[in-house]
Amino acid sequence: MLKERMRELVQHNAYELLLVILLAGSMAFSASLSPYFLTVTTLFDMTSQFMEIGLMSLAMTLVIILGQIDLSVASILALVGVVLGLLNEGGVALGFAIPAVLALATLLGLVNGWLAVTFRLPALVVTLGTMALYRGIGQILLGDRSTYGFPGWFVSIDFRYIPGTPVPLPLVIFATFAVLFYVLLHRTTFGRLVYAVGSNAEACRFSGIAVDRLQVLVFGLSGLMAGIAGLMMTSRFASARWDMANGLELDVITTVVLGGTSIFGGRGTIVGTVLALFVMGTLRYGMGLANVLPQNQSVVIGLLLIVAIFVPEAWRAWRARSRRRAQKGGEARAEVARDSAG
Amino acid sequence: MPEYYRQYTVTPAPSRIVILFGQEAPNGHRELGSAVALGAREPSGLSTRGLTKSFGGPPVVKDMEFELLPGEVHAIVGENGAGKSTFLKLLAGVHPPDAGQVAVDGVPVDIGNPTIARSLGISLIFQEPTLFPDLSVAENIFMGNHPVGRPLPFVGWQRMRAQAAELLESIGARVDPSQPVGELSVAEQQLVEIATALSHRARFVLMDEPTASLTPREVERLFAIIRDLTVRGTAVVFVNHRLEEVFAIADRITIMRDGVKVGTWGVRDITRDEVVRRMVGRELGEAPARPIASPGEVALEIEGLTSPGVFRDVSLSVRRGEIVALAGLVGAGRTEVARAVFGIDPFERGTIRLFGRPVRFRSPREALRHGLAYLPEDRQHQGLILPMSVAHNISLTVLDQLSRAGWLHRRRERELAQEQVQRLRVKANSVSQPAQSLSGGNQQKVLVGKFLVTQPKVLILDEPTRGVDVGAKAEIHRLIGELAEQGIAVLMISSDLPEVLALADRVVVMRDGRVAGELSRSEMSEEAIMHLAVGSDGRAAV
Repeated sequence: MLKERMRELVQHNAYELLLVILLAGSMAFSASLSPYFLTVTTLFDMTSQFMEIGLMSLAMTLVIILGQIDLSVASILALVGVVLGLLNEGGVALGFAIPAVLALATLLGLVNGWLAVTFRLPALVVTLGTMALYRGIGQILLGDRSTYGFPGWFVSIDFRYIPGTPVPLPLVIFATFAVLFYVLLHRTTFGRLVYAVGSNAEACRFSGIAVDRLQVLVFGLSGLMAGIAGLMMTSRFASARWDMANGLELDVITTVVLGGTSIFGGRGTIVGTVLALFVMGTLRYGMGLANVLPQNQSVVIGLLLIVAIFVPEAWRAWRARSRRRAQKGGEARAEVARDSAG
Repeated sequence: MPEYYRQYTVTPAPSRIVILFGQEAPNGHRELGSAVALGAREPSGLSTRGLTKSFGGPPVVKDMEFELLPGEVHAIVGENGAGKSTFLKLLAGVHPPDAGQVAVDGVPVDIGNPTIARSLGISLIFQEPTLFPDLSVAENIFMGNHPVGRPLPFVGWQRMRAQAAELLESIGARVDPSQPVGELSVAEQQLVEIATALSHRARFVLMDEPTASLTPREVERLFAIIRDLTVRGTAVVFVNHRLEEVFAIADRITIMRDGVKVGTWGVRDITRDEVVRRMVGRELGEAPARPIASPGEVALEIEGLTSPGVFRDVSLSVRRGEIVALAGLVGAGRTEVARAVFGIDPFERGTIRLFGRPVRFRSPREALRHGLAYLPEDRQHQGLILPMSVAHNISLTVLDQLSRAGWLHRRRERELAQEQVQRLRVKANSVSQPAQSLSGGNQQKVLVGKFLVTQPKVLILDEPTRGVDVGAKAEIHRLIGELAEQGIAVLMISSDLPEVLALADRVVVMRDGRVAGELSRSEMSEEAIMHLAVGSDGRAAV
């Protein structure tokens, strides 16, 4: 009984298990690179390095399951930092400025979705444009300087812990959102529709589903999460620049794809994304500790991205083949049984 | 003179010696000095002995003995899953056989892959044409076989187009060789596939359900081409569900059941009833016409519906408890009318009334909310989400009702799906099985279930039994009858005339975007419907 349950667990979550093994591997790898890696404080503190990527990956998982992509998230993150800094410099209380920039981030995301839906453009093209546009606006607003002078309660979020534990606040925030997104994707009608539209938007339209509205909403959500990530990063650096988080959208997409979400849409899980986030983060942090040159880090991450695209597809092809084989056998057996019964 | 022609100008009977000399070929080319002597090489044609194939489990094709003679049309019939398609794929080198022997002209051959099959003169034409939509007709025909210039190895485009035109002309296809294939109809694409087969000098053309998406007129044209091919000595294997067509074209019929050959008969030595009986192993009989309903109030009324260039002045009505068939040739505008009513496409003028109230839906969502459901003809792309489970497919239209504040009640979803699966007798192991693992007929039932849960009062069915095997078809017919009895108004778009005759209380026939006429139960016959569909002068105005 237990054995059977275990086998079922392994079969249904094989890719996630693969990620767990990959995570253990990358931890062992990092530990071998640096003697400072395997301590409780290091392990917890390192997470603060990639919680922004994590927050954006959660929403990006939905975007990619929907069969779309959002290249503008890092630009939204930067613009949020810039606008928050300018509001702060202008004397606006952060209590007002923070909701305002989150609303702005959501709006920027909604604009992405609206453009794609209204002009029937691929999101790749639309967000390639807004990626440059949003970051450009940030540069115009702030110029080539940094903005700082944030109040003390806002900055250095990564040095705040749950009292009496080594758990940093960014990790807590990410964990909370991870649970929320898990529920949203796997337990609500909204999440079901994301899968359905990502698998076959045409059939959804015939089923009376407001496909366009769903797409706009998901992009809005992606903008919102980029905004929250923007707040977190601004707090960590205690400053903002127009070019912050440059290129981070690629890490976000790599994370989601490594997490087993199909770039063709229709498949993916939050658990996979979370595991992949820690695989990536561990690798990067370990390599940083061991003073691996940035270009060499890029090679490793680049290889990981290729593996991320190849392994899940190869895995699925293998699964599909073995399932088909099992099914054909089953059908034929059923027919034989029917014949001998009749 | 095209070379394929010289090689295969042979007569059907292998034992006769025929000498063809200076014959005028149908494509207008003078054929000089071509003498073909047959009979010396006996046996000729394609034969198999003990051909067996399994995909892990018990064999899908078992001990298949088959013989294909030059110039004959050999039909293979059987229910879905009988192993017909697999058998064709074995012959075409798509799958290697586990055991058995294939022989061409009595010489054992090993067909390891499609290239070898092609070099042996075997060409397989799939049910859905597998062409490159963005490439031209000529490029498709010569794909992998481009005429290459000398001394420079560039593609000879002009020569290619000229040869393509020649091939197409030889089968009477009026297709422009430089047109992209994606712009052609399915029927025209099939002609391109046949031309491709000819360019490979195919002696044995295997066709897997070639008529499934053709109109009756297109079927007629395909048959003329097949007959023309056989006159030239090409042998054709013809897999089909529609027995009328099989009896119209085939010389011999081989029946398969559960991977095993039941037998081969000359077309005159067996009746249609007997074929059906041997196919399914049980007596089916023609579906009896259902009793005439006593219809209630008018549920759906369409008046003067017009969308320029698509359909014009379409008026019809369906009462509660009534089944009205919408017949006509493919392209007559039937699906387009349904799509406009359902709110997918806009229309210019006209009124739609639902139980007397004028409505104009801007989206399927609105239509479903008002009790009007449309089951699209394209099950795979518009109907179901194939990778998702049966339960998730069925619940898709009513997710709002299965949730509270967005939270999905998965147990209620499961129960709802199980209810439908039982009611519709869907053959599935469980409702969490992916829809793509079901057979076509069962997928169609899931599609019906998916829209029944919206509790529609008016149901528009578009080709409800296309690509569905005989047994499942009868069940779907019974189901449609039951729905009408429960007071649902049914508008059924169907190209299957026996189906229309068996089910419909009335039939509205469309031609060229207009209503050509309406027939009551007593006036209905296949001839009367076709008469209206193609026009009184016998020519379709397309």
